[in-house]
Amino acid sequence: MSLDSKIPEGPLKDKWTNYKNNINLVNPANKRNIDVIVVGTGLAGGSAAATLAELGYNVKAFCYQDSPRRAHSIAAQGGINAAKNYQGDGDSTYRLFYDTIKGGDYRSREANVYRLAEVSTNIIDQCVAQGVPFARDYGGLLDNRSFGGVLVSRTFYAKGQTGQQLLLGAYSAMNRQIAKGKIQMYNRHEMVDVVIVDGKARGIIARNLVTGEIERHSAHAVVLGTGGYGNVFFLSTNAMGSNVTAAWKAHKKGAFFANPCYTQIHPTCIPVHGTQQSKLTLMSESLRNDGRIWVPKNLKDAEAVRNGSLKPTDIKEEDRDYYLERRYPSFGNLVPRDVASRAAKERCDAGYGVVANDTNEGVFLDFAAAIQRYGKEEALVKGISNPSKEEITSLGEKVIETKYGNLFDMYKQITNDNPYKTPMRIYPAVHYTMGGLWVDYNLMTNVEGMYAIGEANFSDHGANRLGASALMQGLADGYFVLPYTIGDYLANDIRTGKISTDLPEFEAAEKKAKDEINKLINNNGTKPVDYFHKKLGLIMWNKVGMARTTEGLNEAISEIAALREEFYKEVRVPGEADELNQELEKAGRVADFLELGELFARDALEREESCGGHFREEYKTEEGEALRRDDEFAYVSAWEYTGKPSEAILHKDKLEFENVELKTRSYK
Amino acid sequence: MSESTGLLKSHIVKKYWMAFTGLFLCLFLTGHLAGNLQLFITGYAGQLQFNQYAVFMTTNPAVKLLSYVTYISILFHAIDGIVISMANRKARPQGYAYSKPEKNSMWSSRNMGVLGTIILVYIVVHMQNFWYEYKFGTTPYMMNEDGTAPLLKDGTAIPNGEIVDGMIMQAGENLGPAMGDLYTIVMEGFANPILVVFYVLAMAAMGFHLIHGFQSAFQSIGLRNKKYSPVITKAGYAFAILVPLLFAIIPVYLFIMAA
Amino acid sequence: MSAAKKLNLTLKVWRQKNGNAKGNLETYPLNDISPDSSFLEMLDILNNELINKGESPVVFDHDCREGICGSCSLYINGEPHGPARLVTTCQLHMRSFKDGETIYIEPFRAKAFPVIKDLMVDRSAFDRIQHAGGYISVNTSGNTQDANAIPIEKENADEAFYSAACIGCGACVAACKNASASLFVAAKVSQYTLLPQGQVEAKDRVLNMVKQAEKEGFGPCSNTGACEVECPKGISIENIARMNREYLSATISK
Repeated sequence: MSLDSKIPEGPLKDKWTNYKNNINLVNPANKRNIDVIVVGTGLAGGSAAATLAELGYNVKAFCYQDSPRRAHSIAAQGGINAAKNYQGDGDSTYRLFYDTIKGGDYRSREANVYRLAEVSTNIIDQCVAQGVPFARDYGGLLDNRSFGGVLVSRTFYAKGQTGQQLLLGAYSAMNRQIAKGKIQMYNRHEMVDVVIVDGKARGIIARNLVTGEIERHSAHAVVLGTGGYGNVFFLSTNAMGSNVTAAWKAHKKGAFFANPCYTQIHPTCIPVHGTQQSKLTLMSESLRNDGRIWVPKNLKDAEAVRNGSLKPTDIKEEDRDYYLERRYPSFGNLVPRDVASRAAKERCDAGYGVVANDTNEGVFLDFAAAIQRYGKEEALVKGISNPSKEEITSLGEKVIETKYGNLFDMYKQITNDNPYKTPMRIYPAVHYTMGGLWVDYNLMTNVEGMYAIGEANFSDHGANRLGASALMQGLADGYFVLPYTIGDYLANDIRTGKISTDLPEFEAAEKKAKDEINKLINNNGTKPVDYFHKKLGLIMWNKVGMARTTEGLNEAISEIAALREEFYKEVRVPGEADELNQELEKAGRVADFLELGELFARDALEREESCGGHFREEYKTEEGEALRRDDEFAYVSAWEYTGKPSEAILHKDKLEFENVELKTRSYK
Repeated sequence: MSESTGLLKSHIVKKYWMAFTGLFLCLFLTGHLAGNLQLFITGYAGQLQFNQYAVFMTTNPAVKLLSYVTYISILFHAIDGIVISMANRKARPQGYAYSKPEKNSMWSSRNMGVLGTIILVYIVVHMQNFWYEYKFGTTPYMMNEDGTAPLLKDGTAIPNGEIVDGMIMQAGENLGPAMGDLYTIVMEGFANPILVVFYVLAMAAMGFHLIHGFQSAFQSIGLRNKKYSPVITKAGYAFAILVPLLFAIIPVYLFIMAA
Repeated sequence: MSAAKKLNLTLKVWRQKNGNAKGNLETYPLNDISPDSSFLEMLDILNNELINKGESPVVFDHDCREGICGSCSLYINGEPHGPARLVTTCQLHMRSFKDGETIYIEPFRAKAFPVIKDLMVDRSAFDRIQHAGGYISVNTSGNTQDANAIPIEKENADEAFYSAACIGCGACVAACKNASASLFVAAKVSQYTLLPQGQVEAKDRVLNMVKQAEKEGFGPCSNTGACEVECPKGISIENIARMNREYLSATISK
């Protein structure tokens, strides 16, 4: 099967406009006869559900949470990019496009990314109209901040809770349609399979998580906005319930899974504290606007910091290694995430880590300099002449508090350290997955009528996502892209009529889902689901994490396969299938992670280059930077399921770059 | 006014009524207190002034009107309060096994119903003690300073006046109603230590009721905001402490004076 | 990240098989808990012990574990989200408890929050309140005016943000002696009231949302202020005053 990415003809900047002018539309009366299922209610799913319902389609939306408002987009902190150029600092659609392509290490699709940059400005207009309370300056206009990997300020934000505010905006748009009956909302429902009829996605099988009932839902198209699969690492910044199940079931029903190995390890997370830990917490990238990252220059200082005999504030300036500023003078602390993460790992591997956990993993993120700088500014503004050091510090701390107060509070709550007085300790953690279901320009997977949007697809971020771009992509897909592209497809369905859930395909899918559940419930094992999830996470982190080797990946592949076998023998799922059963939910998700993990490692093994978040030890420059191999690997790896992850077939969707020149990414 | 938001349809509207009647009763308390403070004036002058004040309060038409508004307010405040309390209970049919409400709110705020009930009982007793006695009891009548002549309601002394069924008769002619001696009723009443203790306790309840009620009324009608809140809070505390305290001092003072 | 002494605890946990069953407090001893663990990690450990013993694990809502999704609830030692201020249960850490302590864990209680199982309650009433008016009626076409077309006073924008920071966890209801949802409703009403975009529908919004909250069975507001104290996002009861103000003006004019 060959992959057709269906990129419209014409110059890059006209593609989307021309496309919109030439697609088929569905007339409003016909839209009322068409059903669309949207799975997931984060930024992508929520905005898509709302917009499709506004257009007139009958939408059924599903989320596993108790309310669409709780989807994990809510946890995004820092901001959302848009090429508004309100700051007049040289931003433009092209520059946002270029930064995103470059930030993604030239592994994303030009046409998709350009479209993303193009609609980015609409998002901000839309959200303001919806009542999203973005940060404003004293003139009442929108404020911006900077994020990593770019040289302009184009990030719109609402304190450290931008994702929350944007999600609540999408949720409010959904509420308006739910009130009108245009969206039927299914909370506490988990999609357990997709139903394909005559090669087209025509519905899903969902489990009502409260009653355990297995339900059939039909539609003319199925949209998956089900997020990423970072929880394959067990410890990540994802929500506990974030899972790959919907995407993986789609994959098993024929949808290709693209670039599973592209994972974003976010540089600024709170380090692991111990084996009882369930979850990692992100400290927004926006902190790198003002925080300086460093480790001690001397090994003995690092050792002393770890054992608690030396306070970081007592280390002299000349004994500190601000390694990002040293290695990347032009971008400094604002290098992209993959670069910052690898640099932290490099220092910690060399023994300079400052956290006393098993692997001494941690570096400092220090606000002392920013506090002094802001303090002096404030003193000037307030007309305080000859301010004392204490006055400056106190004024500066107030500025930092207004900018990042909630993050500092969260840090203090988790670590019991006061980040105003002593530098934060941070370390990279799994955060986002650039890979996902393969989609064409229409955001449709290779299964007709099945769409993937937001983090669930692979298309816009290449091998590394820039900060504040995930929110942009989720909302762009849901508000402004999918509503057009899906109409073009559904225009052929106006005469189809309601899809019956009595079709044999629904019956078979339901039976399979029930069998899988019963198998887990009736498995008389001895170990809880978490045992396997943690084990899988360790394999993934150690061998398929920030630095990957042929040897490690091969080990990971066989270890994961063995663990999967053990899982089916030894897992113990208490309770019944027909009741609320959280262990059963987890078991189903971990079963899918155990398959995905293997494909993930295979993909990493096959990609014999380093790019973005994928770093192969064998492929690096003399300075230790990622070594991309464009001649051989400028393609999207799209995997076809054939029965087992080990037997998945690789399809190569070649990436053509007509508008940007492939260069070695440099942030020096 | 739409159907859904009729005068008593929503909890919020019920709270508006609580607030409006409550604030009106605060005004009433202030007026009542001003009157009561006259009890601190000693001797015949005090007695006369207080009894003249009592005449004014029972005969002036404007005061009469106000008194009806007050009765209605008290009644409405109480009934509305009972209705709200019932709704309060209904909203949580199963309570907590272990709860620490004192960590997040004041005792008085959580017990307005109890405090209100105490105050209501107090009002009934209080009305019986004085208002009923004054109006319908065997009231003593006010005489001139040397005790020789009864006084008409306007204060005119009638030498050789004789009081028959509350009327001053002089030589068989009815000159009008006699001025009652509420002052003496009060004095006699507060010679009873049990009554004094009851009044003091009731005023304590009033104080706690007001500590919450005063501020709460402003909150209910939406007058609290960043700018006014601190003022309202301070005024509320001042009112809630000062007014009941002054009310409570009077019976104690009179008891001591009598003893 | 301290290597502080491990905690031994006694847990009193509300167990209830389903919404119709009668529940009761069960006692579980739990040892060797790191003070650096979060409260929910402590419950994870309890659950794995229960599973290993063949008993059914305790059901509770949780998801992001970063204090923002609003999934976690729990009435811990007599307070929603436990003794610490301005944090959700998932951000509550065991260092807030003492070795040897007995910890009571109950579900949020309200007529409008029926128990689904154990510590999990149904908070969909909150969603229905939002359906009644928690939105601005603007289509998501993207063809709105430029985001900077209407400047908004910074103070109002900031206030709107603080109101919008509500995570819909229901701690306000759980803390309120009347299980009132006033703070929740007021936060949404305030967010839109403070922004020019929200003015158009302001009157209908406040009337409809308040009406729905009552229909769901939430109680009246007694202005005790408990909600503000227990709110993990520090949402002020000034929002309730604002809602009352808006409601009054809407009632008079509509």
